Amino acid sequence: MFQNLSEKLERAFKTLKGRATISDINVAQTMKEIRKALISADVDYKTAKSFTDKVREKAIGQKVLTSIEPGQLLTKIMKDELAELMGSESTDIQIERGLTKILVAGLQGSGKTTFSGKLALYLKNNKKLKPLLVACDVYRPAAIDQLEILSKQVNADFYCERDNKDPVNISKNAIKFSKTNNNNLIIIDTAGRISIDQEMMNEIGEIKKAVSPSETLFVVDAMTGQDAVNTAKNFNEVLDFDGVVLTKLDGDTRGGAALTIRSVVNKPIKFIGTSEKMEGLDVFYPDRMASRILGMGDVISLVERAQQQFDEDEARKIQKKIAKNKFGFDDFYKQIQQIKKMGSMKDLVGMIPGVGKNIKDMDIDDDAFKSIEAIINSMTPKERSNPEILNGSRRKRIAVGSGNSVSEVNKLIKQFLQMSKMMKMMQGGGKNRVMDMLNNQMQRR
Amino acid sequence: MNFFKKLKESLTGKKTEDSGTSNQDTEKKSAEVLKKGLEKTKNSFFGNFSKSLVGKSKISDQELDSIEETLLKSDIGIETSLKIIDGLENRVRKDKFIHTNEIYDFLKDEIKNLLLQNKKDYSFSDEKPYVIMVVGINGVGKTTTIGKLAHQFNKNNLSVTIGAADTFRAAAIDQLEVWSNRTNAKLIKQKMGSDPASVCFDTLKSAKSNDSDVVIIDTAGRLHNNVNLMNELTKIKKVMSKVSINAPHEVILVLDATTGQNAIEQAKQFSKATEVDCIALTKLDGTAKGGIAIGISDQLNIPIKYIGLGETVNDLQLFDKDKFVDTLFSNEN
Ligand SMILES: Nc1nc2c(ncn2[C@@H]2O[C@H](COP(=O)(O)OP(=O)(O)OP(=O)(O)O)[C@@H](O)[C@H]2O)c(=O)[nH]1
Ligand SMILES: Nc1nc2c(ncn2[C@@H]2O[C@H](COP(=O)(O)OP(=O)(O)OP(=O)(O)O)[C@@H](O)[C@H]2O)c(=O)[nH]1
Ligand SMILES: [Mg+2]
Ligand SMILES: [Mg+2]
Repeated sequence: MFQNLSEKLERAFKTLKGRATISDINVAQTMKEIRKALISADVDYKTAKSFTDKVREKAIGQKVLTSIEPGQLLTKIMKDELAELMGSESTDIQIERGLTKILVAGLQGSGKTTFSGKLALYLKNNKKLKPLLVACDVYRPAAIDQLEILSKQVNADFYCERDNKDPVNISKNAIKFSKTNNNNLIIIDTAGRISIDQEMMNEIGEIKKAVSPSETLFVVDAMTGQDAVNTAKNFNEVLDFDGVVLTKLDGDTRGGAALTIRSVVNKPIKFIGTSEKMEGLDVFYPDRMASRILGMGDVISLVERAQQQFDEDEARKIQKKIAKNKFGFDDFYKQIQQIKKMGSMKDLVGMIPGVGKNIKDMDIDDDAFKSIEAIINSMTPKERSNPEILNGSRRKRIAVGSGNSVSEVNKLIKQFLQMSKMMKMMQGGGKNRVMDMLNNQMQRR
Repeated sequence: MNFFKKLKESLTGKKTEDSGTSNQDTEKKSAEVLKKGLEKTKNSFFGNFSKSLVGKSKISDQELDSIEETLLKSDIGIETSLKIIDGLENRVRKDKFIHTNEIYDFLKDEIKNLLLQNKKDYSFSDEKPYVIMVVGINGVGKTTTIGKLAHQFNKNNLSVTIGAADTFRAAAIDQLEVWSNRTNAKLIKQKMGSDPASVCFDTLKSAKSNDSDVVIIDTAGRLHNNVNLMNELTKIKKVMSKVSINAPHEVILVLDATTGQNAIEQAKQFSKATEVDCIALTKLDGTAKGGIAIGISDQLNIPIKYIGLGETVNDLQLFDKDKFVDTLFSNEN
């Protein structure tokens, strides 16, 4: 499923190959395929239709340069259109001079409470604010405890009234409290509610009226399907919210709901949730999301995820070693452990443009590292730091010790040496060189 | 009533002669809950069809398109929708004049054919307690569904022990504590952050020594593409079989009806890690149509067993595909 969209697009683009211009005739079938692909990515039916209509309009009559294929041109038009639709730049939170008040709302289980904690941490660190987390979910079992625990985790002040069942009243009291407590930020976590529950929707409307928040944020699960239309519309009707938070994007959903919501209520997506942990919050980048929905491989997030996971100190040490030609199997082993922390191999590889479709049916074994680890474990410390001493008899011993054939050991050592060479080569250009390489890959598609 | 009879009854929803009248009342009430919950679904489904088909006796391309739209908008997904429409087109080729009503019936049949209902009869061994493990991604409604299940068992005079194996999420244990108090269930827990497999081990041991009828294990929400956490699930499952050979006897995957096509991947990956027996589809009381259930039944052969229609103990229903599809298309309001 993950590769679904890019595959479909590729098929669709085949019909365009070798034509000089994009014409109505050769584009019709392609647009139909794209529409299907978007729907498979959970973009709302109508949104997908109006989107492809717009892309077609822009594409027709465009001269196809000899250097790029029509498919690529169309991809670019689509990506630009998508990114534009989703807002061309990321939007930050409105910070008031005095008290910034943020109201958090959404469906059950979408991630409101978790986001409230994350936002407190984010604004504390990035805007030096002093947050007060307010528990206004008086219904869900242990909702108050959950927010209280999170507030401790992020070191934020916490407000609740365990015997008060009136969230409107609690939110008013919280504002009063924030003033005596010297908070300049309050974040109000509310109960999850379905958008057709009139009573509950009235309640959130009342809370908004009582608080008059600086920002009302609508929290929505990135995996949401066609229902995104109804939910976003209904919540927007009652709340006229200021921004959207897209959670659980660490999953492998395409996240078409982002496009749906954007086009239905025209409100910016401000944040994305990328893990269960309090650090798992990021601002929203429309172009990355566009790539994700289109399935062109989110190179940037791949690079960033790698950076996030690699311990900086460790990375610096390794760089030094590479520079001094001292990169050994020990370091290699550590790197493998780091890579393993990043998640499933198939996932990671799938993010690289052009690679996606090739691995769809191939089962990338997440234990692929096991035999490598076994081989390294069978080396002596001296061999690990000085790979050049690995002669025939040593290799034989390692093969036996690790339960591999000698040729497997040879292969690994050969690959390792090639890799160290390449790493040394890449040191000069650093990240940009890697990006160039990846970009070239994308061009070639 | 003997243990297995009772257990079977509460698991399959089938009534035996000795069930009291109070059961009939709840039956009635739950039918209402179901109807109310599905009303929204039905209205939008039926609404769309009425618009596109009323007053015409033939099915045109345009109408087929509109049916396609209706199906896709219900999260049934491209593949499954095309399958349904293919069938419809075949029918049209054979019989060019189809009245609106016939199309409804035909569509109903098509969808019913794709939907699997949990029919498995429980082949009980002598193993007691009956162990149920509940899995799923974050926030879909696992803990709530467990509370509802515990309530069902409790109503049928079965003693329940719940294992708090979500040791990760903030206040997950406190949440479960509230539910176990509401439903007279015994809760086995350890500290936050402790090893979930060890909690399960404790739970089964304790349930055995207390002669509990049913054990329900709550697990932490986890995304299906997180390899480490999926492996953890496999490990938890394995540990249980050390206490009771065939445990868990049932693995329920909880899916959120608002989820789109990603639910299929969820079902795939969780099945791989834990051999899922059946699905509980939650939050059908909202505006979501839950069409993913059809796609999952069709493509992965995992039956739907329960549906969630709200946040209280009574809001759990056995999935009934005839009722489900009939309610989608029924004329009465
Ligand atoms: N992987 C992942 N999990 C998340 C993310 N955000 C929230 N979660 C998880 O999703 C589940 C639900 O999150 P909550 O914050 O409790 O959701 P809520 O909207 O407050 O739920 P209710 O109050 O019951 O409506 C929890 O297990 C969270 O840990 C995210 O960005 N990534
Ligand atoms: N409307 C409605 N809400 C539901 C239903 N089932 C669960 N919920 C709500 O969904 C939210 C999340 O439910 P939980 O039971 O905490 O979900 P979970 O899967 O255990 O979540 P994590 O443990 O955080 O992964 C809560 O607010 C529940 O009240 C349902 O059938 N209908
Ligand atoms: Mg909450
Ligand atoms: Mg839970």
